[in-house]
Amino acid sequence: MASIDITDQDFEAKVLQSKIPVLVDFWAEWCVPCKMAGPVLEELSEAYKDKIQVVKLNVDQNQLTPGSHGIMSIPTTILFKDGKEIGRQVGFSGKEAFEELMKKGVTS
Amino acid sequence: MEQEFFATKPEDPRGPWDVVIIGSGPAGLTAAIYTTRGAASTLILGGGTWGGQLMLTTVVDNFPGFSEGVEGPILMEKMKSQAQRFGAEFLSVNADSIDVTKSPFEIKAGDKTYLARSIIIATGARTLWLDAPGVKELIGKGVSSCAPCDAPFFRGKKVAVVGGGDSAMEEASVLTKYASEVIIIHRRNEFKASAAMQEKVKKNPKIKILWNTEVVKANGEVKLESLDLKNSADNSTSNLPVDGLFVAIGHAPATEIFKGKVELDERGFVKNKGTKTNISGMFVSGDVHDHAYEQAVTAAGFGCMAGMDVLSFLEEPQSK
Repeated sequence: MASIDITDQDFEAKVLQSKIPVLVDFWAEWCVPCKMAGPVLEELSEAYKDKIQVVKLNVDQNQLTPGSHGIMSIPTTILFKDGKEIGRQVGFSGKEAFEELMKKGVTS
Repeated sequence: MEQEFFATKPEDPRGPWDVVIIGSGPAGLTAAIYTTRGAASTLILGGGTWGGQLMLTTVVDNFPGFSEGVEGPILMEKMKSQAQRFGAEFLSVNADSIDVTKSPFEIKAGDKTYLARSIIIATGARTLWLDAPGVKELIGKGVSSCAPCDAPFFRGKKVAVVGGGDSAMEEASVLTKYASEVIIIHRRNEFKASAAMQEKVKKNPKIKILWNTEVVKANGEVKLESLDLKNSADNSTSNLPVDGLFVAIGHAPATEIFKGKVELDERGFVKNKGTKTNISGMFVSGDVHDHAYEQAVTAAGFGCMAGMDVLSFLEEPQSK
């Protein structure tokens, strides 16, 4: 498990203050595409270990962060680098779409 | 679940497989149940997002055998494990291209190539978005095609649903659990949806219907704020403030990789005679050719037919 769960409380510390880029997966228990995306992101979190940290934020238990980032559809994944959003993927469109997003974190 | 492998897998994972099924909705998975039980080695290229349209639904009430209804995603999980139980190999990858001039056929998926004595096209159809300006830009910012996924974000808010078929009715019903007001916008003066679904919607006090109305523009920068509407009966225009727009105006066949390879009609659906395409050894089933019924149970039925036709085809001497 290279990915970790985060909350509204530690979003600042774990995402915005992170030394490496962070991919945040906004998800919920009742969202089927989120469940399909889960294992794919887990696999990518291993592949990008030490380069990009993958974190998961449950939108039912944590409503402040999704609200302040305009999340109105899940799964949404946002890539943060140096505390700023540098890319966003709405919906689960397969592994390639996530990889495209993660590559931005490594190259930009 | 007990495994009962009727179909053995080829020693080389690349194949040749007796049949490669592209797609993993009710059509593809039912086809796999029949081909594996007929002892044909079966590979399902199920797509990066597998399971088809039912994965984006909640309760399915019209699939026979489930008298209390069944959750769409659960039904698909069960179909998948049923196919795997008989020996189908399931990969959650997209088929990127096919070569139908070679025998066996070649299918490329990512960096891998698979060989197939026969193919069943069961790629189904995907959501059609409205053409109106602003809609695509606001996907995920208020515009959605999956009420079961996104409805909770619209708690206490006002949302619109566009469409007039069963899926529009379903989206509207799901949304009423959260939204304060749901407005169905439909360009005709009657729905195509089944009487049961229409009844459910029409008697729900939270739902209003705007007939003969089209969305001409979605407005909003950071998020959706309103829709510009046009009434086709009197050509009047209006602005409707909403927080959400759920699009359910139908589906387009997912046939990009078959263009120029297999005969398609002018709308992109695979042309078929029964389950056969114009290429010997290539079969088709489900919403990718059927634009008349578009039901889970008809897709499953077409899948069964394609599976059986593949088994007969594999018996023919030229297919060896």
